[in-house]
Amino acid sequence: MKKQNIFLLTLTAILSSAMIFTSSCGGSGEGAKTDSTATAAVANPNGIGEYTHVELSATLNEEMIAKGKGIFELKCSACHKLTDAKLVGPGWLGVTKRRSAEWIMNMTTNTEVMLNQDPEAQKLLELCLVRMPNQGLSGEDARSMVEFMRKNDGQ
Amino acid sequence: MKNYINYVAATLAIATLTQCKPKSASQVVTGDAASKVYVAPGKYDEIYNFVSGGFSGQLAVYGLPSARLLKVIPVFSQNPENGWGYSEETKPMLNTSHGFIPWDDLHHVALSQTDGLDDGRWVFVNGNNTPRVARINLKTFRTEEIIELPNSSGNHSSPFLTENSEYVIAGTRFSTPLEGNNDVPISTYKENFKGTISFIKIDPTSGHMSVPFQVVMPPFNFDLSRAGKGPSHGWFFFSCYNTEQANTLLEVNASQRDKDFVVAINWKKIEEYAKANKGRVTTSKYAHNIYDDKVHSATSTISDGIVQFDAAELKGMIYLMPCPKSPHGCDTDPTGEYIVAGGKLAATIPVFSFSKMLKAIENKEFDGEFAGLPVIKYESALYGEVPKPGLGPLHTEFDDKGNAYTSMFVSSEVVKWNIKDLKVIDRKPTFYSLGHLMVVGGGTKHPYGKYLVAYNKITKDRYLPTGPELAQSAQLFDISGEKMEMLSDFPTIGEPHYAQAIEASKIKDGQVRFFKIEDNQHPFVTKGEKESKVVRTGNRIDVYATCIRSHFSPDNIEGIQMGDEVYFHVTNLEQDWDVPHGFAIKGAAMAELLIMPGETCTYKWNPDRVGVVPFYCTDFCSALHQEMQGYMRVSPKGSSVKLVWSLGDFSSDAPVAPAEKK
Repeated sequence: MKKQNIFLLTLTAILSSAMIFTSSCGGSGEGAKTDSTATAAVANPNGIGEYTHVELSATLNEEMIAKGKGIFELKCSACHKLTDAKLVGPGWLGVTKRRSAEWIMNMTTNTEVMLNQDPEAQKLLELCLVRMPNQGLSGEDARSMVEFMRKNDGQ
Repeated sequence: MKNYINYVAATLAIATLTQCKPKSASQVVTGDAASKVYVAPGKYDEIYNFVSGGFSGQLAVYGLPSARLLKVIPVFSQNPENGWGYSEETKPMLNTSHGFIPWDDLHHVALSQTDGLDDGRWVFVNGNNTPRVARINLKTFRTEEIIELPNSSGNHSSPFLTENSEYVIAGTRFSTPLEGNNDVPISTYKENFKGTISFIKIDPTSGHMSVPFQVVMPPFNFDLSRAGKGPSHGWFFFSCYNTEQANTLLEVNASQRDKDFVVAINWKKIEEYAKANKGRVTTSKYAHNIYDDKVHSATSTISDGIVQFDAAELKGMIYLMPCPKSPHGCDTDPTGEYIVAGGKLAATIPVFSFSKMLKAIENKEFDGEFAGLPVIKYESALYGEVPKPGLGPLHTEFDDKGNAYTSMFVSSEVVKWNIKDLKVIDRKPTFYSLGHLMVVGGGTKHPYGKYLVAYNKITKDRYLPTGPELAQSAQLFDISGEKMEMLSDFPTIGEPHYAQAIEASKIKDGQVRFFKIEDNQHPFVTKGEKESKVVRTGNRIDVYATCIRSHFSPDNIEGIQMGDEVYFHVTNLEQDWDVPHGFAIKGAAMAELLIMPGETCTYKWNPDRVGVVPFYCTDFCSALHQEMQGYMRVSPKGSSVKLVWSLGDFSSDAPVAPAEKK
């Protein structure tokens, strides 16, 4: 039992030092795109990144859904389920109701900065304990993911 | 031991005589040296330094001026640290006409050039023992191609590059009897042995190498070479020794003649000749190995047939310039006009003039012929000699201000001299007995200068002792001023021979950070966990596995039997920089794999006992790295256990209980 506690402590230490490291690198990493020393006290529902306004149509775009499904199977399904169950990361069911399309697209394309600065992303990191990897999605890819998620949410 | 003491005593005695007794480090390092090599945490070095790993067979990459080791690039030797030469994908890279060879001796380094300047695309290196030349891609820092050189033994005089990377040259150290006539008495050296110089053509776009032709030379030992540049572009200059053509006790018998030769070769003329003439085609076999980033795999092709020309038939294309006693280095200056040769046993450094050489050829100022090749009169091609430079001149490099720097092996010092007036400007001791030295960009038309590194042959007392075997030693000098200033000592891997260095800005921004998973065309790629599976074909098992922070899919496999040959093809699904995963199976006669993001690597395993065998990720990948593991069940041959595989107790889209909290 004690051993487990030590392990947890070590984990927390590793994780928090990793977070301190990335949030203070400011030099050459991708995390340096925005000023990382300022902590965003108030959550912006859009998250942090280049997507500030995404137009969503009332009817779903089947082409984007198909593309999003392909990306999900290749790059996301290892950690996310389409149900509400947590695997490595949170389950996706209902995600388009909890998060804005802008937030989802920023999270999937500007992952490092979001994990370092966005309060909602940080809450998820504390819950899951594994930093979501940047899976190299283009803007178009990320938009397709949103469409796929909307479909999964029965919209 | 006694011999060693005598040797050291003799070296010291000679050093004392010539007044270049090495001073202690505290005497030679000045106050601000530390600030000149200090690169603050998180800051980058100014220079990439590619340093031969000598008998390690690998290439080391250092940052300068900090001398921090950035990477060891596996080239000719297996590297258990990342599976090079162990994985199914990389084994073909070490294939030769002799079969798989796990090691070589890497001596020289040549950065690719465009118009006589380092262009940062590739670096070429030689394998000395089983003659090969390798090309490393500087976008991935990986060995991408290795070509074997037939009819070559001791590929020392290699790889040297022309100013637009048209050719890489590779000359032989050992002359040997050539095919068709190779079972002969060693004592028939003069009649039956031959040297060869191989011309390796470089494809300007892909960098791919081929050997269009070889020149068969008299049985000298070819040592080092440089291409001409600027006005001398189109020529190669080789140093050679053993013009005595001795086959035993070379230490004495190859040091008889007062002069050996610098061989001047007009490669442009030979190229034209080769295009117009068929030459003799040998049946020699050689391996050509290429690694392809699209399929993440190497192929090895055994080719045969090399076109050869005899030196004697290449009239007007090859000339000999006498050069004092067993020349070693043979270096052309940035202007291309001067060729500096270092005679190991000579007391001067001869400097040849390219324009004088051309004039001497035109006026036929010859001293007869040697082995059928015209010998230019020494004085006719000589620009001048650097008098009393020190003892044992070996290699020369150049700065951006018209100065040359020569390594003195016996007197253990770097000597700086002016190319025009041949006067010695400065000398600094090194610790101890340097071989090669290099200046940043020192082999180009416009050297960067600023730093010089001496690569020493003897380390002795420079670092905390580590038993009988010591690290090798290098020393960094600031050469921006009139006098050289020693900045630091640093240990190196293997034995550093030659090295080259290039401004970091020419390389750092073009780096591949990960491989796009969409572009992965590996025949056993698994594109997403949904596709992971296990396939049995007879006694061959193919596991199509994926990994991502922090689990493998599948991670439970049953139904493997004794006698099976298991191929674990692991695809890393990550698409981010610096997230490799590792892979290893208990009891496998293998090194680990390190799988870069988007890449597929294959681990071959022959189960040797019945039981449950664990495997795990060997490269710390996340907070839950220690959880990244799996099991395989091995049953007796013919067992009824079915082949099944799984990850978790759920199908991908079925609801499951939240992951258990630890």
